[in-house]
Formats: sequence, C-alpha cells, structure tokens
Amino acid sequence: MTRAALAARAAGPDAARPARPRSLAWVPALTLGLFLGPIAVGLVGTLLPAFGLLPALGATVPTLQPWRDLAAAPGFATAVRLSAATGLASTLLALAVALSVAACWHGTRWFQALRGLLAPLLAVPHAAFAVGFAFLVAPSGWIARLASPWATGWERPPDLLLVNDPWGLALTLALAAKEVPFLLMMVIAALGQVRADQALTSARCMGYGPVAAWLKTVLPLVWPQIRLPVYAVLAFSLSVVDMALVLGPGTPPTLAVLILRWFNDPDLSLRFQAAAAASVQVALVAAAIGLFRTAEMAVGRLLRGWVVSGRRGGPATGLRVAALAGFGAVAAAAGGALAVLAVWSVAARWRFPDALPADWNLDRWTDALPGLAGPIANTVAAAALSTGIALALVLGCLEHEQRSGRGRPTSRGLWLLYAPLLVPQIGFLFGVQVLLVLVGLDGTWPALVWSHLLFVLPYVFLALADPYRALDERYARSARCMGASPGRVFRTITLPLLARPIAVAAAVGMSVSVAQYLPTVFAGAGRLPTVTTEAVALAGGGDRRALAVVAFVQMLLPLLGFAAALAAGRRR
Amino acid sequence: MRGLALHHVSLWIDGHRLLGPLDLAIEPGTVAVLTGPSGSGKSSLLAWLCGTLDPAIRAEGRVTLDGRDIGTLAPEHRRVGILFQDDLLFPHMSVAENLSFGLPAGLRGGGRTARIDEALALAGLAGFGPRDPATLSGGQRARVALLRMLLAEPQALLLDEPFSKLDPALRSRLRSFVFDHARSLGLATLLVTHDPADAREADGPVIDLSGG
Repeated sequence: MTRAALAARAAGPDAARPARPRSLAWVPALTLGLFLGPIAVGLVGTLLPAFGLLPALGATVPTLQPWRDLAAAPGFATAVRLSAATGLASTLLALAVALSVAACWHGTRWFQALRGLLAPLLAVPHAAFAVGFAFLVAPSGWIARLASPWATGWERPPDLLLVNDPWGLALTLALAAKEVPFLLMMVIAALGQVRADQALTSARCMGYGPVAAWLKTVLPLVWPQIRLPVYAVLAFSLSVVDMALVLGPGTPPTLAVLILRWFNDPDLSLRFQAAAAASVQVALVAAAIGLFRTAEMAVGRLLRGWVVSGRRGGPATGLRVAALAGFGAVAAAAGGALAVLAVWSVAARWRFPDALPADWNLDRWTDALPGLAGPIANTVAAAALSTGIALALVLGCLEHEQRSGRGRPTSRGLWLLYAPLLVPQIGFLFGVQVLLVLVGLDGTWPALVWSHLLFVLPYVFLALADPYRALDERYARSARCMGASPGRVFRTITLPLLARPIAVAAAVGMSVSVAQYLPTVFAGAGRLPTVTTEAVALAGGGDRRALAVVAFVQMLLPLLGFAAALAAGRRR
Repeated sequence: MRGLALHHVSLWIDGHRLLGPLDLAIEPGTVAVLTGPSGSGKSSLLAWLCGTLDPAIRAEGRVTLDGRDIGTLAPEHRRVGILFQDDLLFPHMSVAENLSFGLPAGLRGGGRTARIDEALALAGLAGFGPRDPATLSGGQRARVALLRMLLAEPQALLLDEPFSKLDPALRSRLRSFVFDHARSLGLATLLVTHDPADAREADGPVIDLSGG
C-alpha cells in the first residue's frame, strides 16, 4: 500500500474532512502491480528453465543443453518460419482491409452502418470462429456443399487441404478476418480525436479525391494512435494457440502450438526445451515489432514526396468496392460461422453435397448439455469476476486521473497498459504456472480469474477511457459546489451518466474473458474447464456435431453479453 | 451568371425547416455575408455548398458556380474552397509542405518551389517554409491556411467564422488580408460571421437569418 493510502487510512473517518478529495493514487499503482509484476516474474520463470534451472524438477545446474536440444528438435525451424509468415501476413492483410474501409467509406452512411456491426463481430471468440471457419471452408464444408455438385462437379468431398494446409493459409485468412473488426474499431476511436472530418473537408475542397484525401491528411494523424493496437494484433497473430490448433498445419505446427505440445508432454525433460522455445517466441514477437517499426519509418519517408506532390487522386471506385467486399467477407465469415455451427449442432443426417441436413434433431444438445453445465458455469463465473474486478480498477484509475488533475496518460503509460497484449502468452504463462505451483495456487479460482484479468483489463480500459474523459467535468464541479462529496458525485453523477459505456465495457470484458484459451489451460491446470477449453479439445476429435454444440455455446455467450449491454444502455 | 448563385435553397432536418428558402447571387470579387444566431443553419449551408453536408440533413434548391450546376458534384470537383475557425494546417507537414499540398500536381520541381516561396512572401512569412506549423502565431497560421487554399485555385471561397478566435487588432488585419486576396483573384466569397465589423468591411450583400 502506498504512503498516501496509509495516510488516508490513518486519518480515519473522524478526522477533519480533507480539503482535497481523498487520494486514489493507490489504484493505478495496484493496477500496474497486479498486471506487470506477474508478467515479469512469468518471463523470468520461463527464461530460467531455458538455461536448465527448474528446482521443482530438481534441475539446479545452469546449462545450455535446452538450446542444443531445441536446435536439434525436428520441425523447430519450420515452425518458426510458419509462425513468422502467418503472423506477419495476417496482420498486414487485416490492416490493409481495416485501413481501406476507413479510407474509402469514412463520412458515408455505410460507415455509420458498419460501426454498428463491429461490437458483435469483436465479441466472437477466436476458438469458436476458427471452428466455424473450418466448417465453412473445409473440403466437406458448407461452401463446398452449396457449390456442389452443380458448380464444382464434386459428388464427394474433394481431396484438398483447405484447412490445416502446410502453408498456414487458412490460419492466415481466419486470423486476418478475426482482427479486422478490432483494428477498425481502434481506427474509429482515433478518428474522433484528430478532427478528421475537418481535415478531410479541407483537402477535398482543395480538389482531393476522397481516398487520397484520407490517406494524405488523416492517416498520418491516426497512425500514431493505432500503432500499439497494431502491435498487439501482430503479437497475438504470431503466437496464437487456439486458432492454430484448429486451422493451422499439424506437422510441424506453428511455434506456439509446438511449445504447448512440449510443455504438455509426459516426458518432463521436454519442458526445458519448451522453455527455450518460448524464449524464442518472445524474441520473435520483439523482432517482428521492431521490423514493423522500421518499415513504418521507411514507408513514411518514401511516401512523403507523394503526400505533398499535389496529386489529387481519383474517385478510387475500384478500391472502394474492394474495401467493401473485404469487410463483407469478414462479416460473412463471422455470420456464416455462427450459422454453420448452429446447423451442425442440430443436424441428424447431413450427406455431402446436400446444402442442408436431411434430418434434424436435438440429440446432441440433450447429450452435451449435462456435461457442459459445469464448463458454462465456470466460463460465466470467470468472465463476471474478472470483468467486475477490471471495471472497479479501471474506474478507480480514471477517477484518480480526474481528481488529481492529471491529463491523459503518457505514451509510456499506454505501453504499460498494452504490455500483456504485446508479450506472447506462451512466453510467460509457463513461468507463471511454475510460480502458482510454488505458492499452491495452481488450478484455483484466484489464479484463473487473475490470469483472465490480465487480458480483460486493457480492453475494459480502452472501452471506457474515452467516454470517461469525454464526460463534461462541469457536472461534477457544479455538484461539488452544491456540497456533494467526491464519493457522492462519483455515485450519483459520474456512474449514471456513464451507464451505457460501462455496460459496453462490461460486455467487451466478458467477451475477452470467454475467449481466453491458454491462460485457462495454464492457470486452471485442467481442473477448471471452460467452454473454450472444451471446444478446442473437441476440435481435435472427429465428432462434428458435439464440437458444433460447444463452439456455438462459446460464440453465443459473449453475444448474449452484448445484447444485455445494449438493453441496459437503452433503458436509460 | 458569373460567380456563385443560390436558387431557392432550403435545408431540412427531421421534417422541419432549418434554413431558407434562400436566394443569393455573389459576383466574382465580392464578399457576401451571412449572419444569424447559433443553430440557424449557417455552417450547414456552407457544408452543403462544399459538398460535405451531414446525410441527416436534406437540401433543396440549386447552386451554380459560373453557371455550372455544382450541387450534385463531389466536393473535389466543385472548386469551392473553405476556411474554418481553426486553421487546420496539417500537423504532420511543415509550412512549405502544407502549401505544396494545396498546389496542383502539374507544377513540378523549381516552379513548384518558386510558387511556394512567392506565397510565403505574400503572407509576410518568407523563410518560414521549413518551420513546424505549431511554432507559428495564430495570425501567421491563418494566413498560411488561406494561401494554401488559394494555391488550390478555387473559383469561390467559403469562410466559416475564420476570424473569430483572433484578438481585435489581428482580426481587422487578417480580414483585410483575406478580402484583398479574394477580390484581387475575383473569387465569389461567402462569409459566415457573428461580428458586425466583418459585415461592414465585406461591402457586399448581407443576409441575416435571425427571425427568418
């Protein structure tokens, strides 16, 4: 506890009311402590075994053997290449779609309509999306069924590697589709802060075409604000596990999947090699972010001449159509995934190439639901607890920011907030698990909730910070002048005014929690299964219908959360 | 006719009339003035004239520039320049780069640099080209913003209270600077303002929307 908090406590309720509102300085400190301490410890706990130090297994002599084993491990080099290629390609693709949609459609009715689609798209969990995506594009998937035999001539599923392909194409496309809504949402948030509309009007009145005007005057202002989200997408795509398990190649898999395989191997000696590989994963993400930063500067310098060349650009009709088609594909993939999961979960008989099942029944649901009750309860409880704590901490931080009169956090503060999103999960979760075992917390609720909190908190902060800061502070000031205490102002003015953004932030937090796979596996130690771990586990098996039920439930839970948030916000 | 002409223009929002019907003819080289209380639709009218009206507002009537019907053209094809209260110099470009942004692409190399230097000299800012716009004073920035717009060779100019943030002395100097340039280039100019002094100096038709 900080000195300020101790002083506040020592003053007690009987002391004279201080002239200044009670300090909340301990909230940001606590938040960062909860946040960064364990990540740092986790990274160290991953690095030590990479050099042969893991006292829990009796290894106490430093050695380079794990690195030699790693270099000799079959498939390691290919896995690194595969991760780098899929991660970079999917990030660039998602960025291209998100930026062209914004550049081409900013300021139009379409753009307004499409904003409404972003929240539900964002809420789709990665694992369920990957399963639905596979059900759509696999050789026996819905798309092949709808096009067969009249267009393709296929009477039976073709022998093509459309998912789990050795190049990771299916994984790349699905990752890109999953990240477009997040990037677009970050672009829209940034647009609100840079007077983009007036800059656009100025440029267009000087004769610039809409897309050229956006790229030349708005993008340079927006880019610094979306840089960290882009890096977060890059880090995520380079190290994703659940989607790679469902859609990625198997032999060898991507690096993060290979590491998880080694960590879970019954042969405990593989853990040293896994720790070394996890260190490589962290280095890979760092190198990719460095590469991206360098490329940004190079591209910025190259385009400088074009920006001031006076070239006005045309109506860019082709690009506008392509951008809309790209976003349409993303929305269709998400909607199609949900629909195909629903259909499979109630399909009794569905022969290739029929477009729809011949018979329907609820057998799979009645079979699965008794066993799913526990995981569903775990999922909801983990989501509610981690989101509740995150909301309390974020509101405390923002209220402190306002009471202490500080401005927005510096860019360094933002880096800290983004830290859990920039460090690959597999890079520190093993170290965290070692720590949890050490203190006897592995497989417990506090460990599970905290591991979700790490990822829920940044998103809740992102969702709430702008509405909170945009609140007209004169309401609070006039209430204070009428004699209300800061606490009462917070309860009776700030919270009710922010009811809608808080409901949305809660829905965002819950959807992030529902989507967590790796933290659930590591912190839950297999004892706290959620619908997410169930879905990924079933994805390896052959029962499509059972998998469809679980993946559909996983997709439905966050959507229900968003529907509830919308209803709660509208009631006011 | 030559210049900017509005024929029976009215703006509607949610089925009620925000402004109009309005008829107005602005000859080349004259400055017309539009005054009225906040919310009377002045800025919306300018947005409609330059083609960036909020889709929620519906417009009726016609607008012609030198006889050409521009009401349905994209903003970039209208040749109508606009200046706002904020100068909107792009913060990621130097002063010279901001001016270069306004210049058409046809002019290249030395000719381009010469035009920019000429514009800087006109603004009394010779040598300021490499500077960051943020280091300029409010009056200097406003002059650069005007010249940037003029380099794009518009045929009409819309001014959305561009002087209102300046102190009185600076305001009158900048007003003459803007009006002189608009008149010497023969631009039909429409000024939206709250300031009676603006209206006196403009010396053109005055439309008052209060009580209308």
